Amino acid sequence: MSEPVVWLTIFVLSVFVGIEVIAKVSSTLHTPLMSGANAIHGIILLGAVLVTGTTDNDVALVVGLVAIVLAAVNMVGGFVVTDRMLQMFVRKKPKVSTGSTSGSGGSTGSTGSTGSTSRGAA
Amino acid sequence: MTPTWVQLAYLACAVCFILALKGLSGPRTARIGNLVGAAAAVVAVAIPFLYLDLDHIPLMLGAIAVGTGGGVVGARTVQMTQMPQMVALFNGVGGGAAALVALLELHELAPEAGSAGEGVSWFVLAATAFTIAVGSVSFAGSIVTFAKLQELMTSRPVVFPGLPAVFALSLVATIGLSVSTVASPAVTIGVILALVGLVVGVLLVLPVGGADVPIVISLLNAFTGLTVAAGGYVLENVVLLVAGTLVGASGTFLTMLMARAMGRSVANILFGALRGGSTLGAGEASDRPVRSAGPQDIAILLGYADRVIIVPGYGLAVAQAQHTLRELVEVLMERGTKVDYAIHPVAGRMPGHMNVLLAEAQVPYEQLQEMDDINGEFKQADVVLVVGANDVVNPAAKTTPGAPIYGMPILNADEAKQVVFMKRSMRPGFAGIENELLFDPKTTLLFGDAKESLGKLLNAVKSL
Repeated sequence: MSEPVVWLTIFVLSVFVGIEVIAKVSSTLHTPLMSGANAIHGIILLGAVLVTGTTDNDVALVVGLVAIVLAAVNMVGGFVVTDRMLQMFVRKKPKVSTGSTSGSGGSTGSTGSTGSTSRGAA
Repeated sequence: MTPTWVQLAYLACAVCFILALKGLSGPRTARIGNLVGAAAAVVAVAIPFLYLDLDHIPLMLGAIAVGTGGGVVGARTVQMTQMPQMVALFNGVGGGAAALVALLELHELAPEAGSAGEGVSWFVLAATAFTIAVGSVSFAGSIVTFAKLQELMTSRPVVFPGLPAVFALSLVATIGLSVSTVASPAVTIGVILALVGLVVGVLLVLPVGGADVPIVISLLNAFTGLTVAAGGYVLENVVLLVAGTLVGASGTFLTMLMARAMGRSVANILFGALRGGSTLGAGEASDRPVRSAGPQDIAILLGYADRVIIVPGYGLAVAQAQHTLRELVEVLMERGTKVDYAIHPVAGRMPGHMNVLLAEAQVPYEQLQEMDDINGEFKQADVVLVVGANDVVNPAAKTTPGAPIYGMPILNADEAKQVVFMKRSMRPGFAGIENELLFDPKTTLLFGDAKESLGKLLNAVKSL
């Protein structure tokens, strides 16, 4: 295979993997998933480091540093905010006095962790 | 060439990103998935520092520190209600970074391609042009989206005469400049391409309004993913290619899922306003007569009901009334009433947003019922309490073919025996259209700030 075709192969396979892995996501998780995917493309930070670290032009250096700052905001901010959202989903069930809760089949993934608040902003 | 261990490490990172996305799509694995993704990202960024003889390392580490600080502060302080605009902002800066990286790469490639003639393949140049153009579109579009959601500008569609023509013209210019970049690469043309891309981004998002804005965030997210993928090809970096493609593909798919939840096509969301018919209604309050009541009356209604369904909307979160609502539900359940929350897929300002907001208020996950699961139960409900929601229970979606929300699946609140709306005023919802359900004989309105009203309601139910 010629080199561009190798890259094209990786691209096409990745498209299918990308669709397949999220195909069964419930609408409950749309917001965190969007936010998490958003953080993943912050990996452009790696690209920014590669081009900035090899330049010998002053203007290019400045542009590169700006790109690094922007990409770092995307990557780090994205992962942190996604984690903040997700830690709210994982919590111990508060005790409910009667049996009159909704019948959605008991322990839907709410195991572990503390029952205390974990909000950054009230 | 790149050492083998580096290539293998990159491959491991790419696999971790796949696992991260896989994890994020299940409630039990979401958090760990996100952490796997974060770890892979940190490792991937560290790798070039280990094997390449990079210049400007202190400056670059400083820039990373600045960006990290900004990102952490933003992510930690943002209110959960403002999550959609935060995602938009993070997405925008990512797109901007990708465009800048591509411009720098063009700066490296241009002389090579110019002199030797065979130095750089046209494929690489095309990918570079793509990254510059689409990265700029994503950046500008996201900033406009942010401004709309943050209410720095109107959230209604902005259309001016000639907008379609200007938009078409800038699209043609984008394509022309991209072709020119491939034919005779020059940084100047790249910069102009980026500027035109910014114009396209602004014009793309301006005509989108109201409830459709979050769908556009998802679409722009996919755009940024694809630019990162193209950037990965240009830089011959497999992590960028795989991660970017994953986000591009899953983002596109997610956008379609969201559009389907609203009964719309993506094209209709983007260009609906341009085709004359606005995507929004008049947005005016009506002065038709409605039946309203005080907290005491509503408390009696709720207190003696056997089955109550709560329909929460964005207004609830804006009033920061989630905690009071949860208390009210707890009191009702102690009295033996069966209570559930009915969550519309697009409740809030972004699909799944309401789940995040209620989780923040520590509402047990089991009480949150998805639309398809609960829609059959409205017939048995004695009272449906609609708090700060409107469009998601608007029967016009089923009955009025001309309505902007026609075709959107809704919660069948109109099938319940009694409906109580808690509203601040008669102003229509996000989609700007009147809700017939408000004027239904079985509907009662409780006017006032949601938090205040819920507090009064809570006290009234307690003293029954």
